[in-house]
Amino acid sequence: MVDKGWLTIRGVGRYAIEAFLRLGYATRFLGLTLAHSQVCLRRPRLVVREVYFSGVLSLVIILVSGLFVGMVLGLQGYQTLKTYGSESALGVLVALSLLRELGPVITALLFASRAGSAVTAEIGLMKATEQLRAMEMMAVDPIARVVAPRFWAGVISTPLLTAMFTAMGIYGGYLVGVVLLGVDEGSFWSQMQSSVDFREDVVNGMLKSLVFGFAISWIAVFEGYDAPPTAEGVSGATTRTVVTSALTILFLDYILTSLMFRGI
Amino acid sequence: MSSDNFVEISGLHFGYGRRNILKGLDLQVPRGQVVSIMGGSGCGKTTLLRLIGGALRPSAGTVTVDGESVASLDRDRLYRLRRKMGMLFQFGALFTDLSVFDNVAFPMRERTSLPEPVVRDLVLMKLHAVGLRGAAKLMPGELSGGMARRVALARAVALDPDLIMYDEPFTGLDPISLGVIGNLIRTLNDALGATSIVVTHDVRESMKILDYCYLMAEGQIVARGTPSEMLASDKPYVRQFFHGEMDGAVPFHYPSADYGAELGLDVHGR
Repeated sequence: MVDKGWLTIRGVGRYAIEAFLRLGYATRFLGLTLAHSQVCLRRPRLVVREVYFSGVLSLVIILVSGLFVGMVLGLQGYQTLKTYGSESALGVLVALSLLRELGPVITALLFASRAGSAVTAEIGLMKATEQLRAMEMMAVDPIARVVAPRFWAGVISTPLLTAMFTAMGIYGGYLVGVVLLGVDEGSFWSQMQSSVDFREDVVNGMLKSLVFGFAISWIAVFEGYDAPPTAEGVSGATTRTVVTSALTILFLDYILTSLMFRGI
Repeated sequence: MSSDNFVEISGLHFGYGRRNILKGLDLQVPRGQVVSIMGGSGCGKTTLLRLIGGALRPSAGTVTVDGESVASLDRDRLYRLRRKMGMLFQFGALFTDLSVFDNVAFPMRERTSLPEPVVRDLVLMKLHAVGLRGAAKLMPGELSGGMARRVALARAVALDPDLIMYDEPFTGLDPISLGVIGNLIRTLNDALGATSIVVTHDVRESMKILDYCYLMAEGQIVARGTPSEMLASDKPYVRQFFHGEMDGAVPFHYPSADYGAELGLDVHGR
């Protein structure tokens, strides 16, 4: 019994040490990536290409999801607000929920599953098929040529996608609230306009998504570069990217919300 | 005398963790020659190539390429030295998101500031040399194994390297592609005035194109000589390797307990 207890404690200890070692390794990798990022300024086309693959190709899923999330918000919000006779505040409810929380968080979750996983799989497979080694033998640094452009493309894409998700969501809320359920169009927009603060709500939401984009990109490129060069290794790394990103996004969201919206 | 050798390795030791891979290896590759390093799977041949390319650092001993000790170079100087090297990886390692043309153009665009029309002409010349000028627009996924290997070869010689390294260039090819790759290794080496190191365990194909051969076993060189010397050797391991005998110096059976005892039979045998 005692032995078993010791083994468990040792197991937990080992797990914790390994987790911290990995975090340290990932941080060093991030440092290297940042240090090799000047190539992205010198050759912006490398980043543009990755923004296309990560960002532009994620547009469909982001826009459709945004529309539906906004429509659901409109429907749920209308039911609740109607009880208090304040349906005219529906625009405010939809806009604030999307700008502050749902926009950044859901976009980040979708981006991690759609683009983050793809980046991990791509870098992992490039490693498994010796493409990264080949690059190194040609005296081309794979961190500068492959990792840094994909990292910055993710950081740039996430806030842009968040903005589009939120805009689409507000339109969805408008469709359901105003067009379908008959909320007054004038009060829907004017209340939204007077209650949404640019600095407090829009900028803070964008800041959140920037942080999420940074976290997802970091996790995705690290997991890909660190993946064991086998089919099993790459599939495991891809799964880890999605799971770790999701947990990180939700954790960071709590931290950021508590810092940003303290006075509200 | 040393300047006659493009690559010189002496007393080389290397290990991954506690596992020793190379144990005091000595080897010379004279300029202009095609030299092969042979040996069974997992004997450290590929590791040796990575040490020559500076991707790994030896735990003891020296690797000298074109008069420079590889392990003592900093990153910039190592990258400068690598511009003199081209490497063909086992399965080509073509960049799957780039076309055949862009793959061959990759080292030129990344490492030189040649204008695009010159790059275009050079790429077509390299592709012509491996017989695949017509495949310039294809993607790597559309190529057969032999074609992919030839494109990778064109890419490896894109910057006219002084040293070309081949990691198992014959693996998984049909007999026609085998002959084509073998011939290309020889002709490219002679046309470029380069030096070539071919890591392989394909005896039949490589014997046709080699100048000199090293045989490795358990992290050391166990035999060396010209192809005809190796084929005529009567050392047990050399004989077994070059004539493909099943049992010999390297036993067919992995070390195991007594066969009869393991089957629960009262017989003595394997």
